[in-house]
Amino acid sequence: MKTATDQAPAKRSRAAAAAAGAGTAAGQAKAHDVVLQVRDLAVDIRTHRGTVRAVNSVAFEARAGETLALLGESGCGKSMTAKALAGIMDPVCDLADGEIILNGTDLAALSPKERLKFAGPELGIVFQDALTALNPVYTVGTQLGEAFRIHRGLNAKEARVEAIDLMKRVGIPEPESRINSYPHQFSGGMRQRILIAMAVALNPRLLIADEPTTALDVTVQAQIMQLLRKLREEGQMAVILITHDLAVVAEEADSVAVMYAGNVVESGPVSQVFADPRHPYTKGLLESVPAHLERGAQLKSIAGSPPELHDIPDGCVYQSRCPLVQDICRAERPALRPVAGTPVAGNSGAPGNAGTGNPVAGTPVNIPSGKEPRPARTAACHFSEEINNV
Amino acid sequence: MKSSLTEGSTPEQLPVAHEQQNERKDGKQDGKQDGKLSLFRLLLRDRFATVSALILVFIGLTALVGPSLMGDLATKQNLLFANKAPFTLAYGWEYFLGSDSLGRSMLARLVVASRTTLSVALPAVAVALFVGSLWGVWAGYHRGWRENVSMRIADVIMSFPSLLLAVVVLYVFSPSAANIVLILALTRIPIYLRTARAESAELQSRTFVDAARTFGAKPNAIIVRHVIPVVLPTLLTLATLEFCYVMLAESSLSFLGIGIQPPDVSWGLMVSQGRQYLQSAWWLSIFPGVAIVVTTIAANVLAAWLRIATDPAQRWRLALPRKRLIARIPAKEAKP
Amino acid sequence: MSEPLLKIDGLTKTFHVAKSASGNTRLKALDGISLTVGRGKTLGLVGESGCGKSTLARTLMMLESPDEGTVSFEGTNPFGLRGKELLSWRRRVQMVFQDPFASLNARMNAGDIIAEPWATHRGLYPTSREREARVRELLHMVGLRPSDARKSPQEFSGGQRQRIGIARALALNPDVIILDEPVSALDLSVQAQVLNLLNELQKELGVSYIFISHDLTVVRHVADRVAVMYLGRIIETGATEEVFDHPRHPYTAALMSASPKLDVSGTKRDRIVLQGELPSPLDPPSGCRFRTRCWKAQDICAEVSPEPQVLAAPDGTKHVAECHFPLDSIKGLTGATAAATAGAAATATAAAAVPAQ
Repeated sequence: MKTATDQAPAKRSRAAAAAAGAGTAAGQAKAHDVVLQVRDLAVDIRTHRGTVRAVNSVAFEARAGETLALLGESGCGKSMTAKALAGIMDPVCDLADGEIILNGTDLAALSPKERLKFAGPELGIVFQDALTALNPVYTVGTQLGEAFRIHRGLNAKEARVEAIDLMKRVGIPEPESRINSYPHQFSGGMRQRILIAMAVALNPRLLIADEPTTALDVTVQAQIMQLLRKLREEGQMAVILITHDLAVVAEEADSVAVMYAGNVVESGPVSQVFADPRHPYTKGLLESVPAHLERGAQLKSIAGSPPELHDIPDGCVYQSRCPLVQDICRAERPALRPVAGTPVAGNSGAPGNAGTGNPVAGTPVNIPSGKEPRPARTAACHFSEEINNV
Repeated sequence: MKSSLTEGSTPEQLPVAHEQQNERKDGKQDGKQDGKLSLFRLLLRDRFATVSALILVFIGLTALVGPSLMGDLATKQNLLFANKAPFTLAYGWEYFLGSDSLGRSMLARLVVASRTTLSVALPAVAVALFVGSLWGVWAGYHRGWRENVSMRIADVIMSFPSLLLAVVVLYVFSPSAANIVLILALTRIPIYLRTARAESAELQSRTFVDAARTFGAKPNAIIVRHVIPVVLPTLLTLATLEFCYVMLAESSLSFLGIGIQPPDVSWGLMVSQGRQYLQSAWWLSIFPGVAIVVTTIAANVLAAWLRIATDPAQRWRLALPRKRLIARIPAKEAKP
Repeated sequence: MSEPLLKIDGLTKTFHVAKSASGNTRLKALDGISLTVGRGKTLGLVGESGCGKSTLARTLMMLESPDEGTVSFEGTNPFGLRGKELLSWRRRVQMVFQDPFASLNARMNAGDIIAEPWATHRGLYPTSREREARVRELLHMVGLRPSDARKSPQEFSGGQRQRIGIARALALNPDVIILDEPVSALDLSVQAQVLNLLNELQKELGVSYIFISHDLTVVRHVADRVAVMYLGRIIETGATEEVFDHPRHPYTAALMSASPKLDVSGTKRDRIVLQGELPSPLDPPSGCRFRTRCWKAQDICAEVSPEPQVLAAPDGTKHVAECHFPLDSIKGLTGATAAATAGAAATATAAAAVPAQ
């Protein structure tokens, strides 16, 4: 696991400079600029059975005006990743490694106090269950105005005006009268809009949405997704959408990172990944979805279940369920490397790596931040070329 | 289903691979096979709970076999040795804790009194537990008028100052041990009644109870099979706490003179009898007082441990290693 | 067509609530529900929260008793039965619940959970040896191991718990199993396993399913016929393909449209996004319940409640919808979307549906 230690001092001074300027209103990013870059992210959890690694070597990037989906089933570590990004992990979790570079600042290197300055202006987060995420004893107006009072120093009256504005932005009808209502007086869909409003109050560059529509009805889900798209356009935000629903990813996301047992196993543009998956897990997931099969036909399902965090094997994390598994998979964990035959952006490795399927252990995907073309397709499998022979 | 390790959730929410279930070393929480044994081991992990349990066991044994060992030491009066100070063996081992105004051995009296105190407190708790729980579970399961009437009766009993009620009753009828037990039990029934009713009312709407109804199971069968096993741990924990209260209540009654009557002796009575000698012979009241306090604290600590240990969803807390709970973001320089 | 196994006619159930904003204390959870289920077939029941599908499930399981209407199970009305007859009827309809964690008592082990129904129906497997053997058989049938009988629910994953629930439902050899969102709480890969299991069991045992779900892709895969519920009424019924591809009721069209599709061909599809909120069941709109969100609503929709109409279906199956202006069967879903996106404003109250892209 490599960390760019020689770059650390330079990064720290940049971090200090950026932190100083973080309090001012963030300007809009240009479309497709990289807003967030995550490298080698690792999270440990201290349990009574020892320390387990819940998130391991996770790397992805989020671009302005685009949606990145973190796709995976329960226990894969996607929610833990989101919490690590937002800095709201439980006390028993430690950020063991990694860089979280948001507009040039490495969030992982900041102290908790400095980190707080980022919450709101730079980064907003929307949770799954709106009823528990909202404080039941404060009115909606108070909670919406909180961001303005804390970060912009407005008084209660000014904050209220902003709050009404915010409610209009997210499509809550009659905001002037409803601003004094309590969360339980709203329907599920409305509550989710309030949560979204709180997250986008200060026009953050990055919005993390953790399963925002899982608890909602299908028609309400469509409304909320439409709202998220609108807000993303308006603010040129980068959106990270965490979900287990493949169809939602297909319709809403531009790029996807598929997670399994704490690792990213495949990533790239959604249309490419879903049309031509290069990791057996992604392929298995896509085949589990009931498509227009003849009724009565058996669905192709992935046998077994994900490993417990204590029992994640050395070598490839998917080995216990993979139809392509060989000895090398058990011996050596494949790194997330570019997939052959796809456009690659600024890879430090020799073209030979991308062209053949030869495993080169430990080669990190080193994409310089800034202005670069479409995201690369990567997969963590020794046999990503032979996938379609299954 | 997200998996997130918050304070309230357990590692059980992480999915289990079927293949890896063969090997279950000290495994996931406590397998059913290990039921009782692992409860014991859990107890040993917690030093305070272990000590408390030992204290209670010791007191129980004292109450059981102590009086027969003491013989008539507790009643033998010897005015030569009246009001002797404790912590000296000069007068013989039986006067190690001092003697009272009639020259009776404090040690012996404490031992005999333990039996009396416990033989009032334990039956009172048992009766209240039995009656209150069954009544509460029945009322909570059926809801409707049964629940309402039961709760109003409970309200009435609870609104009487229990000590006053005890005083009146014991004054009218004779203050025998049996009467004391009954009146203490009666005043404590509402505690169990309310708790059992509340839990039962919540349980009866749970899905697994609905499932049982769909087979056509009768209410009593459902209560016995589903409600009582779930409610019982809470009630037992409650009973442990109630034990303290009842002991103190009995002590108060004896202190007031309407509890245990001489020549019988209980800790509360001993405290009362030593009242006028507090300046001169402090040990007459203090030792029985300490005995009450120690028993009460031990029972409280054990009750707190029991509350967590008997809840399968919370048991993991007792098995956590005691480490720092505040996360630090590790300094980057420390990385290799 | 063979005699249906289960026939429901005009089922109505009203709850009395303590208070409501409008002062109305009667909640009509079910309003004249009529359905049939064939032997060995699967009926899919779709609808969003508050539509009454859970109440319908509970009423069929006789956890609630209906105020009006009849249920006929092979000619018998179970609500008229008492005592032993009622008990033996209960064996014929069983239920699998949504939450695999809450539906099993955490203090019992798997074997006891599966065997619990036999404690009430003692005649089925009188000796404990028979019971143990049957438990092993059921565990095997649902893809678990005999050694799992001694484990407690916490030691299983969500999918495995759901299998235990299915085994328990099978314990009494029922004819009909009502499945209330059986795979909603499960991961995708586990979902596929459980759906396959249900499929096999239906083929092997000939049991009928009433499959309640909000996930349309799943319903499409498992159901032979589907019924769509909205605010206590069934607004459309028909063969699955018919209803999904050619919905006749605007709400069905909106549902089909709102449901995200796994399609990466890159063509952005137009979507009907309903405006407005679900009306409170305590205070349903007069006339047609859907009119407040419907882009086709006219004055008559507020005055007269539409009756179920039998509509012609190209494959000959029965297709019923309750609408004064059912959607065109030829244009199907795309036509409906086009009509909705044309932005026809409803003459009734709320705003019209708005296109997604």
